[in-house]
Amino acid sequence: MEKVLTRNIGVDQQPTDLKAYEANGGYQGLRKVMAGMSPQDCQAVISDSNLRGRGGAGFPTGMKWSFVPSDDKCTPGHKYLVCNADEMEPGTFKDRLLMECDPHQLIEGMILSAYTIGADISYIFIRGEYLLAIQRLRDALKECYASGLLGDNILGSGYSLNMYLHPSAGRYICGEETALINALEGKRANPRAKPPFPQVSGLWGRPTIVNNVETLCNIPHIIDRGADWFKTLGLGEDAGTKLFGVSGRVKNPGCWELPMGTPIREIIEQHAGGMRDGYQLKGFLPGGGSTDFLTTEHLDLAMDYNVIGAAGSRMGTGTMIILDDRTCPVGMVLNLIRFFAHESCGFCTPCRDGLPWSRQVLQDIEEGRGQPEDLETLSYQIKYIGAIGNTHCALAPGAMEPLQSALKYFYDDFKQHISSGRCPYH
Amino acid sequence: MSKSEMIQTDIGSVLTAEEIAEIDAELAHVPYKSGAAIDALKIVQANRGWVSDQCLQGIARHLDMSAEELEGVATFYNLIYRRPVGEKVILFCDSVSCWINGCDDIKDKISQTLGIDYGETTSDNSYTLLPVPCLGACDRAPVMMVGDDLVTHIDHEMVQQLFAGAEQGSAE
Repeated sequence: MEKVLTRNIGVDQQPTDLKAYEANGGYQGLRKVMAGMSPQDCQAVISDSNLRGRGGAGFPTGMKWSFVPSDDKCTPGHKYLVCNADEMEPGTFKDRLLMECDPHQLIEGMILSAYTIGADISYIFIRGEYLLAIQRLRDALKECYASGLLGDNILGSGYSLNMYLHPSAGRYICGEETALINALEGKRANPRAKPPFPQVSGLWGRPTIVNNVETLCNIPHIIDRGADWFKTLGLGEDAGTKLFGVSGRVKNPGCWELPMGTPIREIIEQHAGGMRDGYQLKGFLPGGGSTDFLTTEHLDLAMDYNVIGAAGSRMGTGTMIILDDRTCPVGMVLNLIRFFAHESCGFCTPCRDGLPWSRQVLQDIEEGRGQPEDLETLSYQIKYIGAIGNTHCALAPGAMEPLQSALKYFYDDFKQHISSGRCPYH
Repeated sequence: MSKSEMIQTDIGSVLTAEEIAEIDAELAHVPYKSGAAIDALKIVQANRGWVSDQCLQGIARHLDMSAEELEGVATFYNLIYRRPVGEKVILFCDSVSCWINGCDDIKDKISQTLGIDYGETTSDNSYTLLPVPCLGACDRAPVMMVGDDLVTHIDHEMVQQLFAGAEQGSAE
């Protein structure tokens, strides 16, 4: 398969500087656009490409962009493009790779995206712990300003864009786009009620697009080589390639660029090398900590948004977490719910008070104090904490996904904890 | 608040000229001053290791915010320290992939070696131990950050090598 997003990323993982990036075709898409493609042309290509957001929700990127009002339909002022580089979903480790190893690819994607939506200011909102990525992006931004790729009158086109790097001060919730916007505004990162959506009223009340790192990294290639080319890359319904990852007790945990629609079995057995000796696969979260478990019966499904959705889960970030037969599923869900309870911003009651309650029930079960009625309590919590619309954002519903699917697929494990008064895995 | 802190009451002079210059550079691209609140907290912390009550008040005054409002921001974020920390902060990942790969056991080993639990600092002030959300290096689990360094594939031996020299016991 042709490598697209990782074509500059080798085994030694040395970052590409501007010279190396350009030598391998970098900024070709930008030069093409600045020489005579209009924002409308770019918008049409991205919409045609069927690119869907790689941050977890899978929303069509072209459609998201199309909601930004044109200049004649909004009051004069700034428009913003924000790169969501706040990678913190448990089990997700793909954006780190893209930023550490090929920072210019992200920057080129951002310039093109900003041009398309008419933004004049852009931010890279990156988690504070990604120190190497921060350093490499900072160096790359300097190179771009020095070469006329950022700042006033980019490549003589008359288009101007400033780009700022914003290392975050922490908290998982900042990955939620309206929370991220509040954090950029210097506030507590509580998600906002929607509508209005950020596309209309985002940063400082102005039209704002927030896109994931991997999504933005796709843009230069789509612009340079066209929507039809991009669509041929996927094996199924979805277009393009995707960074898929596997962690847990497999022989070769890692992250690989593969065609969209690659079968799960191929990713786990070939690329991740299968299970470590002495371990069997019991289940897996297909795309990070807030996706529903799937099990061995789903191994032949394609990693496509709709296919995984039809199986009752979500493709999420595309980085799988493997549950093996010697790891306690109750313990694993307890770890996840503890994380989400801790990371709740505390604004909405079902999340702030509900998640610690779920954590307590799960801890009781895991530590041998569980009662038969605890399972009903968990089902009740799933119904009310998990319902979309009871909270401003998707943190609490996302937290319920691994719990509800664990109860479905590993019900006997929960029962056994309660009937024997101990965790059978310890 | 300790005695030595209370002597310095002129809030306006708490921040250094360099800190103020750095904060003002951030103000250049936000439409109102409180927009630079997090940047300002980070600038002061980078310089001093943590954000004291006095620094918080100094920043708040500089940004035309109430100290209470800025405190609400500062305490929201886990990488803003409102208490002193050791020379290096250990950000220990306890999220799911690290948990599957035995991070609870590694955490116990670190606690045992350094004599500190989460939120505590060693008596020689070299390390503070804190949990952190998934560090995005799950293929190399278990992982942690020690100061600016990402440490991967942690095992008992590595913990021993890294921390054997530090003085054991909590500072409190």
